[in-house]
Amino acid sequence: MMKVIEADRQPLAKCPSGIPGLDEITNGGLPRGRPTLVCGTAGCGKTLFSMEFLVKGAVEYDEPGVFIAFEETAEELAQNVRSLGFDLDDLVDRGKLSVDYVHIERSEIEENGEYDLEALFIRLGFAIDSVGARRVVLDTLEVLFGSLSDEGILRAELRRLFRWLKDRGVTAIITAERGEGALTRHGLEEYVSDCVILLDHRVTDQVSTRRLRVVKYRGSSHGTNEYPFLIHEGGVDVLPITSVGLDHEVSRERVSSGLERLDAMLGGKGFYRGSSVLISGTAGTGKSSLSATFVEATCRRGERAAYFAFEESQNQIVRNMQTIGIDLAPHLASGLLMFRTARPTAQGLEAHLATIFRIVRESRPQVIVLDPITNFVSVGSTEQIKLMLIRLVDYLKLHQVTAMFTSLTHGGEASRAESTDTMISSLIDTWLLLRDTESNGERNRVLYVMKARGTPHSNQVREFVITPTGIQLVDVYVGADRVLTGSARLAQEARERAEILLRSQEVERKRRDFERRRTELEARIAALRSEIEVGEEEMLRAVEESYGREAQLLQDRNDMARIRRADSDRSEGGPG
Amino acid sequence: MSDDPGSMMSEGVAPEGGEPWRLRLYVAGRSPKCVAALENLRRFCEERMPGQYEIEVVDLLENPRLAKDDQIVAIPTLVRRLPEPLRRIIGDLSNAERMLVGLDLKARD
Repeated sequence: MMKVIEADRQPLAKCPSGIPGLDEITNGGLPRGRPTLVCGTAGCGKTLFSMEFLVKGAVEYDEPGVFIAFEETAEELAQNVRSLGFDLDDLVDRGKLSVDYVHIERSEIEENGEYDLEALFIRLGFAIDSVGARRVVLDTLEVLFGSLSDEGILRAELRRLFRWLKDRGVTAIITAERGEGALTRHGLEEYVSDCVILLDHRVTDQVSTRRLRVVKYRGSSHGTNEYPFLIHEGGVDVLPITSVGLDHEVSRERVSSGLERLDAMLGGKGFYRGSSVLISGTAGTGKSSLSATFVEATCRRGERAAYFAFEESQNQIVRNMQTIGIDLAPHLASGLLMFRTARPTAQGLEAHLATIFRIVRESRPQVIVLDPITNFVSVGSTEQIKLMLIRLVDYLKLHQVTAMFTSLTHGGEASRAESTDTMISSLIDTWLLLRDTESNGERNRVLYVMKARGTPHSNQVREFVITPTGIQLVDVYVGADRVLTGSARLAQEARERAEILLRSQEVERKRRDFERRRTELEARIAALRSEIEVGEEEMLRAVEESYGREAQLLQDRNDMARIRRADSDRSEGGPG
Repeated sequence: MSDDPGSMMSEGVAPEGGEPWRLRLYVAGRSPKCVAALENLRRFCEERMPGQYEIEVVDLLENPRLAKDDQIVAIPTLVRRLPEPLRRIIGDLSNAERMLVGLDLKARD
C-alpha cells in the first residue's frame, strides 16, 4: 500500500507544519524557506489546512505568520476557523499573526497602461515585517486572474512573487483551485516547483472522505499514497496509514476481559493493553454482553472506558445488562464510563472517526467499545470501513487504548459468518467468535478464540452461558466425534453420571456377594471344625473309658485275688 | 459606473459645480511607470479640468500601511475620491481616451 520511505540523503531544511500526520508523510514538514502549492477543488479544506499551518507555527514553533486572504475578509476567516478552536484575534493581538484581506472589486477598476503588483509586494512585506513572520499563506492567489485582465503582466508578477518569497526566506503556502485535467486552473504549478500537495474531497453515497497526496517534493522522499485527512473540532488531522501503524509502542501489560475463564483461554491473563479485539457472531449471541462485561471490569479496576453504541440507546444497554447481573450504572455515575450513542447514518465515516478521535484525545479512555462496527455498512462500502478501521486501530494503538469491536455476522452458516470478518481480521489482535449451535430443538452459544496474537491461547470451545449473575464460560462435552452443549451436554453428563453410579453399584453388589460367600464358607469351616472337635472329644472319652475299664478290671482282679488269697506272697508284693 | 444619468458627463466638459476633483495617485518610489503616470495625469487634468482638481501622491514605500488600508494591489493606482462614487484606474494612464471612460467623463461603449 505504501512505498518505503527512505531516509533523506541530503539534508533539506524542513519546516514542521504542525499538522498531525503531514510531517510524517513529508519526513519532517514543508520545504523551509520555499513556497508549497496546495491545490484542490472548492471546499476541499485548503484554507483550513493552510490556516492550521500558520496557527501551529505561531503557537508551537514560535514562527509568526501572515495570511493574505483573497476570498474572505479577516472577520469571516476568523469566524470560520473558530470552529476548529483557532483564535485568530488573540494571535493578532499578541503579534503572532497578521491577516490581510486583499480585495479587488472588478467593477471599480479600470486598467490603463502598464502596471505591476508592487503594492501587493509592499503589503506582504509590511505584514511580514510587522510580526516578524516566518510563514506566509496566500489564499487563493488565482482570484487575481479574475480581477485583472492583463494575464501577461499577472504571470510575470507571479513569477516575481515566488522568487521574492524565496528571497525573503519565508516558508509559504500558495493555495490554488484544482483545474480540469491539470493541477491548477491557471497553471500555478509552473511557478511553484518545490512541493505540491493535492487535497481531495469526495462524496460517495452521501459520505464524505477527504484525502491528501504529496504530488511532488523536490529533493525529498515522501509518502506517495493518498492519505485520508479529517477536519474536525481540533483542526486538521492527516492519517498516514502505515507509518504510524507499525511504529507504535507495544505493551506487555495485560488487561482482564472480565471473565476469568476467558482470560484463562488467552494465556491466563487476558488481552494485551492497546490491542484490538474483535467479537463476531450472529444476532443474539451475546456480543454486547461480552463487551459490557469487559467495560464493567475495566471500570472496576478504576480505568476509564468509552462505549460507542450504534444500535441501542444508553438506557437500553444499561437496563439489559442489569438483567444479566452487569451493573454499569455506578460507573456512569462515577464518570469512569461514558456512552456515545449515535445512528451510523447520523454522519459520515469521517465524522464518526473524528468523534472517536476527539473523545479519545479529550477523555483519555483506556478501553473503548464499538458496538457494532458492521452498522457502518449503511454509510460506507466494506473497503471504506476497512480503511476507517485501519486508521482507527492505528490511532488507538498509538494512544495505548484497548479496543473491542463487535461485528454482526449474518446467516447461520458458520463458514460464511467467519469469512465476513476475514477482511478486517488482519487489523485485529484478538478475535473471538461467538456461535450458535442448534441441536435437539435448542440454540446454545459457544465461544472460540479464533486468533490471539502473541498469546498462547486455548483451541477449545467453551459454552457461553448468560445467567442472571453474568456470563459464564462452561466446558463443553467433547465426545469422540462431537461437541455437545446445552441440554444435550446436560443429558450426556447425566447419562455419564448414571453410568458411573451403575458401575459403582455393581462393584458394591459384587463386594457384598463375596462377603456373603465368605461368611458362608467361614461358617461351614466353623461347622466342620466343631465336628472335628466333637469327634475328638468322643474319641478321647472312648479312650478314657477304655483305660478306666482296664484299670477297673485290674482292680477287680486284684480284689478278687486278695479275696481268694490264692497266692498270698504275690498278693503282699502286689499293687495294692 | 454611476447609475444616475444626471451624473453622466459629455466629452470635453469639465465637471460642473464648485467642488474640485480629488484624485490620489499611489506610487512606489520613482519607477518609470510611476513617473509616467503622474505626468500623464497632470497633463490630462490640465487639459480637461484646469484649476478644478487636486492631486495627492502617496508613495507606498514611505507609507506601506496605506496599501492595506486603501486596498491597493497594483502600482500605479489612481483613485478618484471625489466626486463619488469611488473609482480606480490602474496603470501608467498612457491612454487618454480610456482615462475619460475610467473617470466616468465619457460613457462606456
